[in-house]
Amino acid sequence: MQGLDFSVVVPYWDLLLTGAWWTAVLTVSAGILSFVFGILFAVAVLYAPAILAYPVRAFMWVFMGTPLLLQLFLIYFGLVQVGIDIPALAAGIIGLGLHFAVYNADVIRAGIVAVDTGQSEGARSIGFGKWQALHYVVIPQAIRNTAPPIGGNLIALLKESSIVSVIGIAELVHSAQLAISETFRPFEFYITAAALYYILNLILEAALHRFERHVEVSR
Amino acid sequence: MQRVFPFFVEAALVTLELTALALILGLVAAAFAAAAKMSRPAILRAIGTVYVSLFRGTPCLIQLFVLYFGGPQVGINLEPFAAGVIGLGLNIGAYMAESIRGAVMAVDRGQTEAARTIGFSRFQTLRKVVLPQAARLMIRPLGVNTVALLKGSALVSTISVVELTYTAQRFIGSTYKPFEIFGVAALLYMIMVYAVARIVDLLDKRFAIA
Repeated sequence: MQGLDFSVVVPYWDLLLTGAWWTAVLTVSAGILSFVFGILFAVAVLYAPAILAYPVRAFMWVFMGTPLLLQLFLIYFGLVQVGIDIPALAAGIIGLGLHFAVYNADVIRAGIVAVDTGQSEGARSIGFGKWQALHYVVIPQAIRNTAPPIGGNLIALLKESSIVSVIGIAELVHSAQLAISETFRPFEFYITAAALYYILNLILEAALHRFERHVEVSR
Repeated sequence: MQRVFPFFVEAALVTLELTALALILGLVAAAFAAAAKMSRPAILRAIGTVYVSLFRGTPCLIQLFVLYFGGPQVGINLEPFAAGVIGLGLNIGAYMAESIRGAVMAVDRGQTEAARTIGFSRFQTLRKVVLPQAARLMIRPLGVNTVALLKGSALVSTISVVELTYTAQRFIGSTYKPFEIFGVAALLYMIMVYAVARIVDLLDKRFAIA
């Protein structure tokens, strides 16, 4: 047992901050992907012809029933076997994005169903097409009503993004591991990494809170 | 594939064992944390709040790493399996504490007021009136936590616990067929996940207020 000494972290501060920056980049890019695909999946499940709706449903079913870690392995190591070679960073963003798109789709689908049918009927009666009614009237309301759980999924995404370190993406955990391999001080570096995640988490929560209030006011 | 399949079933059982033990630890931690957060003494409330906030505010992976790799520096030497159970249990406990607290808060205030009016003490009210009603409301959120725990248990493969994901990775090395191997592992996870989800559904229906 050796004494703890957090000053070992100081020379590696820049490395850790770079890692935190990449964690933020991963979260934002995978977050956007999960939001866009969340809407697409929800619409496909509800309105697309069976030939598209069923595969999307099956895809959601598989992604909800398996660990993110395994999904990342499948995308990064498994797809190579069938000739699809994706660089680690892209595999990480796609894996995280699709994983949370499935959870967002589940929420948005329920949100779309919950929008009053009078809303789409009203839109149709003033001459909107089916897709126009969906695009301009139903989906915006569904998204607004489901903003809190979608935000919750984004917060989960920030923390789960730590998992992509296993396929070698240089984010926060990976930076900590690099520093530990030179200093042999796992406790200090993992605690510091945890603190940085906690701060990122607080920033994201504050941003989401502001956004939700903004949405609330503009209603 | 037929040759390695028995190893996968065995590994899936380890995943279930890990999940069950972490679930027990998580429920105990959650019950204490939820009680602490709703208690009167400020110090207890602070302890409950800090536990929940720290474990929910940081990644489970980092918590496992601090415990398993960082533990020896502060005199905590754990086998991978024990570290996995404790790490997963403490992590899910923080989420479950909020599920329990949410269920207790959801019981109508009038119930407490009425019980107090007819002479129940604070403790009696909690035990005889609030908790029986809250217990029903907890089933679904705690079930969601349990499914998340089962899937999250894959993380302990990174601290070399020989469970399903770790076993899959090990066989990639010898077979060079990642797609099939990870596919079989995924299938086993799905069977377990949807079985647990089904049990939660049945429990929820069984105890639903008619």
